[in-house]
Amino acid sequence: MTDATFLEYVVFFAAALMILGGAAGVILFKNPVHAALGLVLTLFGVAVQFVAQEAQFLAAVQVIVYAGAIVVLFLFVIMLLGVDESMDLAIEPIPIQRPLAAVMGVGLVGLLGAAIVRARDALDINPGTGIDVAGEGAGQDSNIRQLASNLYGDHVFAFQLTSVLLIVAVVGTVVLTRKWPKDAADTDSESGSS
Amino acid sequence: MIAAIEPTWYLLLASVLFAMGAVGLLVRRNPLIMFMCIELMLNAANLTFVAMATQLGDINGQTAVFFVLVVAAAEVVVGLGIIVSILRRSPGATADDLAELKG
Repeated sequence: MTDATFLEYVVFFAAALMILGGAAGVILFKNPVHAALGLVLTLFGVAVQFVAQEAQFLAAVQVIVYAGAIVVLFLFVIMLLGVDESMDLAIEPIPIQRPLAAVMGVGLVGLLGAAIVRARDALDINPGTGIDVAGEGAGQDSNIRQLASNLYGDHVFAFQLTSVLLIVAVVGTVVLTRKWPKDAADTDSESGSS
Repeated sequence: MIAAIEPTWYLLLASVLFAMGAVGLLVRRNPLIMFMCIELMLNAANLTFVAMATQLGDINGQTAVFFVLVVAAAEVVVGLGIIVSILRRSPGATADDLAELKG
């Protein structure tokens, strides 16, 4: 066992522990703020796994967009609405739902795991020849350069469409959450919200 | 001697993460936490994309993850906007109280 392999194992299992622990926190914490912090832990673990698989740009974007923007948005909404009191998780609105959900989760992991393990032999496993490692050797582009040429070459139209999507999302959110003036109450059903 | 980490491991991790997100989406009643569980499932899919992109040496998988990030951001913005306007109307509403969407 080489040291590099051992380090890979340490990184993988530490990040897996972060991911699964954070996910368990999201499910089990009563306080929504704590659940959001568990989500941050999961997102950082996923970013570590991205770095371990030579997707450095995506790891940075993961931290910036997910942990930096989306979770902050979650926390902002939690604080803004004052819904950060703990909820009583003992209340089970639909009687048999939780056992059924647990069965579904175990079954999902079992089926997916069986499919993955079965497909393992069919896959062409070639570790080390994947995406070029950043800055390794001459003639190889770094990860971000490969991603950029792919994104702005093959997928430039989809990239343009995402900007339209973001604009539509922002405008829609402003329309959804804005408090309309009272005199517009007759024409807009959203008016009496506050 | 132990073998190097294979993509299979990442796929198994992603499947466990996806199942945890799905279970959380089913058992939790707070709409904000249900949203966080959707993010967990999106991250599981992203992990799968990156694992397969690395294994197959195809950068398109990472591009797909980029688009998933953008769509997730847009989805969270719109979803939280809806949640804000619902919770402003009826504070402390759970998913069970939101059986009907009409204002």
